[in-house]
Amino acid sequence: MGAIAALDVQGIALVRGDRLVLRDLDFHVTAGETLAIGGPNGAGKTSVLRALAGFLQSRCGSIVLRMADGAVISEAEERRLYIGWLGHQDGVKSPLTPLEHLQSHARFYQCKDDIDDALSRTGLGHLRDLPVQYLSAGQRRRLALARLILGARPLWLLDEPFSALDQEGKAIVRQLAESHCATGGMLIAATHEPFGLRGATIELS
Amino acid sequence: MSFMALVARDMRLATRAGGGAFLALAFFAMTATLVPLGIGAELRLLSAVAAGIVWVCAVLAALLSLDRLFQADFEDGSLDVLALGPLPLESIAAAKIAAHWLVTGLPLTIVSPMIALLFSLPGRGYSALAAALAIGTPAVSAIGAIGASLTISIRRGGLILPFIVMPLLAPIVIFGAGAVRAAIDGLASGALLFLAATSLAAVLLSPFAAAAGLRLNLGA
Repeated sequence: MGAIAALDVQGIALVRGDRLVLRDLDFHVTAGETLAIGGPNGAGKTSVLRALAGFLQSRCGSIVLRMADGAVISEAEERRLYIGWLGHQDGVKSPLTPLEHLQSHARFYQCKDDIDDALSRTGLGHLRDLPVQYLSAGQRRRLALARLILGARPLWLLDEPFSALDQEGKAIVRQLAESHCATGGMLIAATHEPFGLRGATIELS
Repeated sequence: MSFMALVARDMRLATRAGGGAFLALAFFAMTATLVPLGIGAELRLLSAVAAGIVWVCAVLAALLSLDRLFQADFEDGSLDVLALGPLPLESIAAAKIAAHWLVTGLPLTIVSPMIALLFSLPGRGYSALAAALAIGTPAVSAIGAIGASLTISIRRGGLILPFIVMPLLAPIVIFGAGAVRAAIDGLASGALLFLAATSLAAVLLSPFAAAAGLRLNLGA
């Protein structure tokens, strides 16, 4: 998988149900940068992330991912392979242990399976064999973060990454975001809390 | 590789506590056992209805767990993560259908001769029953997946799902039970071949229909 260079979003309009959530949204993010998407509840932060992931179709405009080698990806089907997803739900299965969850994810995503590293970076090393149903909301969030690192996708889409996390957990998110951007990754987050990294903020209304 | 990983994940989840693997089997055994108790010890009557009852119970048992096929992953956010993986949604649907069959259809097929014994199914019927279930139950999982994909965002979707899939399952039950009756009567019949053709078509086409349903719901 090649390195990404930039993401160009131009004039997208998103509809959920029969409601026009937002229109004429433009932004540009380059590799190594973060983009924070803010705005009140219902402003369409999650919708923007879902549109970038290709789940929601925009009725107009374009979403273009530019690669470092000059290639241009404008199809959602192709773009999805570059996306690391942290939704507002954790997407972890209660009966599995963190170790099993990450092993199964690594096999499915065919990515590197440095599971111990992902667990220790998110501070879950001591919980690796405890079924997820016994974990707290913050610990589940950390497991979702561990899954995100494991996938090693260059474009991270994070929906309220700080939710349910304690101060240490929030510091871990910032740290992961920093090292992700330092290695040429890109990060777009719907959040109320600033990342404190280089990058822009857009406010939806 | 990814495909097998997803099948293994779903089977593991189904066989853990709270999974639906043995639910279908238990339901199948329970209903099929209650029918002879209700009808009474009329061996001639029981053996006449055996094939039909076993088929109906098998389909109902499979339906019981079908509504959660995609819904559990949709509700907890796993489906988003799966959808961004290397497999297209069509293959994801196919993998989940395969896993569903392995934990419901296959065990039902294996225990069906024992259930048929309760109905004193004539000797010639056993191999036909096992063959018909082996051929037909993949189609039940596949067709059910279409309904499951359409109802993932509906709470209590399990109530609507049977209405969507019942008409599509009718040919499976007709040919499946027909093949067993023909074998008992010693008649040459194309029922098993028709069943195989219907099942093959269902298994091949359903993943595409289910993927379309999933796409619709992911973008809602």
